Amino acid sequence: MGLAILVLIWLITFFSTYFFAAKTWWLPRGVSTSAPWIDHQFALTFVLMGIVFVVAQVSLGYLVWKYRARPSSGPVRYSHGNTTLEILWTALTAILFIGLNLMGSNVWAHERFEPAKAGSVPVEVTGMQFAWYFRYPGADGKFGQTDPKLIDPSSGNEAAIGLNTSDPAAKDDIVAGTMFLPVNREVDLTLRAVDVIHSFFVPSFRFKQDAVPGLAIRMHFTPTEVGDYEIACAELCGLGHYKMHGMVKVVSQEDFDRWLAQREADKQ
Amino acid sequence: MATTASIHAHAAPQGFIRKYIFSLDHKVIGLQYYFLALTAVFVGMFLSLLMRIHLIWPQVSLPLVGEIKPETYLSLLTMHGTIMVFFVLTTAPQGGFGNYFLPIQVGAPDMAFPVLNMLSFWTTFIAFVTIIAAFFVTGGAPLHGWTGYAPLSALPNSGPGEQLGADLWVASIALFCIASLMGALNFITTTLDLRAKGMTLMRMPLTCWSWFITAILGLLAFGVLLSAGILLLLDRNLGTSFYVPLVVVNGQVMGHKGGSPLLWQHLFWFFGHPEVYIAILPGMGVTSQVISTFSRKPIFGYKAMAYALMAIGLLGFMVWGHHMFMSGMSPYSAFAFSIMTMAIGVPSAIKTFNWLGTLWGGRIRLQTPMLFAIGFVSLFVSGGLSGPFLAQPVLDIPLHDTYFVVGHFHLIMGVAAIFGIFAATYYWFPKMFGRMMNERLGQIHFFITLAGTYAIFMPMHYLGLAGQTRRYSQFTEVAYQTKLIPLQTFMTYAAFVTIGVQLVFLFNLFWSMFKGPKASDNPWEATTLEWTTATPPPHDNFGGRTPVVYHGPYEYGVPGAARDYIMQTDPATVPSH
Repeated sequence: MGLAILVLIWLITFFSTYFFAAKTWWLPRGVSTSAPWIDHQFALTFVLMGIVFVVAQVSLGYLVWKYRARPSSGPVRYSHGNTTLEILWTALTAILFIGLNLMGSNVWAHERFEPAKAGSVPVEVTGMQFAWYFRYPGADGKFGQTDPKLIDPSSGNEAAIGLNTSDPAAKDDIVAGTMFLPVNREVDLTLRAVDVIHSFFVPSFRFKQDAVPGLAIRMHFTPTEVGDYEIACAELCGLGHYKMHGMVKVVSQEDFDRWLAQREADKQ
Repeated sequence: MATTASIHAHAAPQGFIRKYIFSLDHKVIGLQYYFLALTAVFVGMFLSLLMRIHLIWPQVSLPLVGEIKPETYLSLLTMHGTIMVFFVLTTAPQGGFGNYFLPIQVGAPDMAFPVLNMLSFWTTFIAFVTIIAAFFVTGGAPLHGWTGYAPLSALPNSGPGEQLGADLWVASIALFCIASLMGALNFITTTLDLRAKGMTLMRMPLTCWSWFITAILGLLAFGVLLSAGILLLLDRNLGTSFYVPLVVVNGQVMGHKGGSPLLWQHLFWFFGHPEVYIAILPGMGVTSQVISTFSRKPIFGYKAMAYALMAIGLLGFMVWGHHMFMSGMSPYSAFAFSIMTMAIGVPSAIKTFNWLGTLWGGRIRLQTPMLFAIGFVSLFVSGGLSGPFLAQPVLDIPLHDTYFVVGHFHLIMGVAAIFGIFAATYYWFPKMFGRMMNERLGQIHFFITLAGTYAIFMPMHYLGLAGQTRRYSQFTEVAYQTKLIPLQTFMTYAAFVTIGVQLVFLFNLFWSMFKGPKASDNPWEATTLEWTTATPPPHDNFGGRTPVVYHGPYEYGVPGAARDYIMQTDPATVPSH
């Protein structure tokens, strides 16, 4: 019985660790400026937690087998514990866990405590059951007014987010169902939701932020490679949650300008 | 303390209804809670089976159930989570075993307030009936998840199931909160006031410590959830705006203004995180009790174990914001919540070290209760070590709301806590029913369940890393997620096997109740007070005796003693240590 437990726990430990270490299933390649930092912190945490995991599970299996009751077993080690050991492992785990925490804080601070730099690309993301819309302010650099009473999801784009076309600042606003971004430029993001909470999740950017009704949440990030990246809604938002899917197309600056100009022309 | 027995003792009831239905006896009430939880766990498990089937074969039509639509899937996950968290993980360890064994282990004839105890159970029962009713009303059960995030949960037109079904869901939780508050008062009073002579706090079994601290957590947490639930009912039915700002659902402007969706999250998780510990602390207590008993050694670091329980309870109230790193809450507060969360790893690690320290140098008897206690430690380590990933805000960015989180909490507060319940069941079954459970069936149950749960929940971590979002009824719409379906298929097959073997447990439980070999008063040669009394214990627990306690709870392998254990009530001296 002791041996069977040892074998089972060791096998579980081996297979669990193997698929992490082999990266059989892993994060997609990171393509934003913060991705390498996050991935580094990931790797560090994996190594440390992996060591603790393997040592704890292997010891558990071993101790159960080694000290199983047998006719030949001697008397038990009568002991109520050891204060030095208690203090030692308390201090060690405190240093490990809290130190790990402090090491990861820079990226968080950078993305959230400072506003986007001047010259970034403003984009407003709006989530609604079950679609994403992306708004660009146009040549005037200003987002026009929206009005909840004007929201008409069935018409899509400008009407879906309730853009008030009588506002002069709204005239050149562009609303699209696919997010276009120029490569290597910071994106100044504003996240909104009109009905329930949604969450804007782009695994390749290592980016996720809830879009909350009543709040306009500002974030910023910089995509670093041209390509198409998938957006998945990450907050349960209703029966169509699983298909609240979108695309980010990261393109060159020229292609981005050309796309914006084309959309402006289509509007006229 | 000596006079309490005469104050609280009530005459043994006559007649079936007073004896088994509206009983005041904590032992009967404990069994009522246990069988309620047993019913609930099979309902909850059946729902998860339907979910696993739907994820792999979305088109299949099942007998009785019919075709599972995306909204049906969301109702299943909402009800699975709610039933499991409240009616299984909170009900069985605390309401069930706590009720039955806390009074006996501290040497009391009953709970401090027997009538309150009865009311507490029957309120829980009504709460259970209420939530099951949600399946059968127009629109069906709610789809907003067990966390019930507003505005989704606050707007009757936000989806199917959000009409009457959602009201029943909130009402059920509110009733459950009231029941838990009554239970918590009873547990705290009993622990503080009804201990037998000589039963100092530091001589209590660690099970009693864990029930006591769990009760304090319950008292502080359920009151908040009750208030939050009442506000949600007001938002839903009376047009208030606690949680709902101005929103437009499907082109229709709703009448709310100025509410805060984050307020619900703060209130919910102020309850929700301590709830995790409400589910797991009794499991830690049972594991300590069982590991010490079956290793034939004193628990390693008794005081450290008791203090670690207190530290987990205290820190547990300061970490709720780690569920909200992505919510739009102030990014500065994330640091405070993160540090506190990492700090909880310290007392958790102390517990693990001390369990290993107890095994070290023991004479380990590998009977079924011990198998599940060992399984608990393994699962606690595995589920615990994914915590430091989620506790770091930057790592939570890619992991939040993915299967990584689902794997994490299922291993630790789901399966580990359930292993605690299994260990407690196998350990105390002889005392409760006077018969032994079958060892061979117990071993089969243990090995397949341990391997099976790892096969289901470990791959969830891989899925989460790859970006698989949770609460998706299908994976066909997002290209990168479609590639992960083979792993989901593997998990479904693992779930079939694991769920199947629970029937072996069920058979063992009921068969042994009637056909198992008769148990002696102390079949495990354990030291705590429940093993000093008859099997099953008489109405007043000790048959008119008032127990007197002379020792700590885990005096095993004492050098120079007549046998390898000294009962807590044995006047024999123990060498000082």
